[in-house]
Amino acid sequence: MKSSSNLHVKTALLILMMVTFGPLGNALLGKGMKSIGPITIQALPDFLHILYQVFTSGVIWLGMLSLMMFLLSYMLVLTWADYSYVQPASSFAYGVIALWGHFLLHETITPIRWIGVMTICVGVFVVGYTHPRTTEHN
Amino acid sequence: MFWEIILLLLIVIAGTSGELCISRAMKTVGEVKDFRPAAVFRVIVRAMHVGWMWLGLLLSIIAFLSLLGALSIANVSFVVPVTAISYAAGTLGGKLFLGERVSLQRWIGVALVCIGVTLVFIGRS
Repeated sequence: MKSSSNLHVKTALLILMMVTFGPLGNALLGKGMKSIGPITIQALPDFLHILYQVFTSGVIWLGMLSLMMFLLSYMLVLTWADYSYVQPASSFAYGVIALWGHFLLHETITPIRWIGVMTICVGVFVVGYTHPRTTEHN
Repeated sequence: MFWEIILLLLIVIAGTSGELCISRAMKTVGEVKDFRPAAVFRVIVRAMHVGWMWLGLLLSIIAFLSLLGALSIANVSFVVPVTAISYAAGTLGGKLFLGERVSLQRWIGVALVCIGVTLVFIGRS
């Protein structure tokens, strides 16, 4: 019983880290890429120049650092929890990314998109009541 | 729009396949019970000796570069929620590839996530 409770607590803690660092990283990447300009098929011959711009941007490095923290939390939680539990449960991040987009990047978010984001969060809530591990470990 | 869809597909396909490979690699490493930095580092080193991890990382890099491309032409509040469509692929992959038993309740949750993604796509500003 105690073991199951501990499993839920440490799973929730690491998913909280994923939900914090993932959206922050994506928002910072979005901010950095917008400052570089649009990358289209026509721009691909300049791929090396684009890569240089990407990897010399401080904002993008901050975004990547945040995403590395996300990836570390993700790798750790996957050592005991199901992929099909962790992936949907971490989608609270979609609500957070919409908030970052609106308040930090001043993006226009239509009411139907907010409803979509909330529906994603309801989906996550439903998933959260399933047990994190369905496979036996040796 | 065509280029945007190509990039979104690359994010979803390469990203989901990469995550499944990483998940498979981490399951062979075993459950982490010690969270001290040195112990976590040893877990990462052990994971790096698993072939699936390298394939997963390569696919994740492709997905990441596609994400950067998509973020240069579209809003982050559009790109990131739309890629949640990978939940359907991921849950299916978890069941078929990793042998996870996915309950009806979890399927319903994933279906709601997919409906939400569709609404985000429709509500594009």
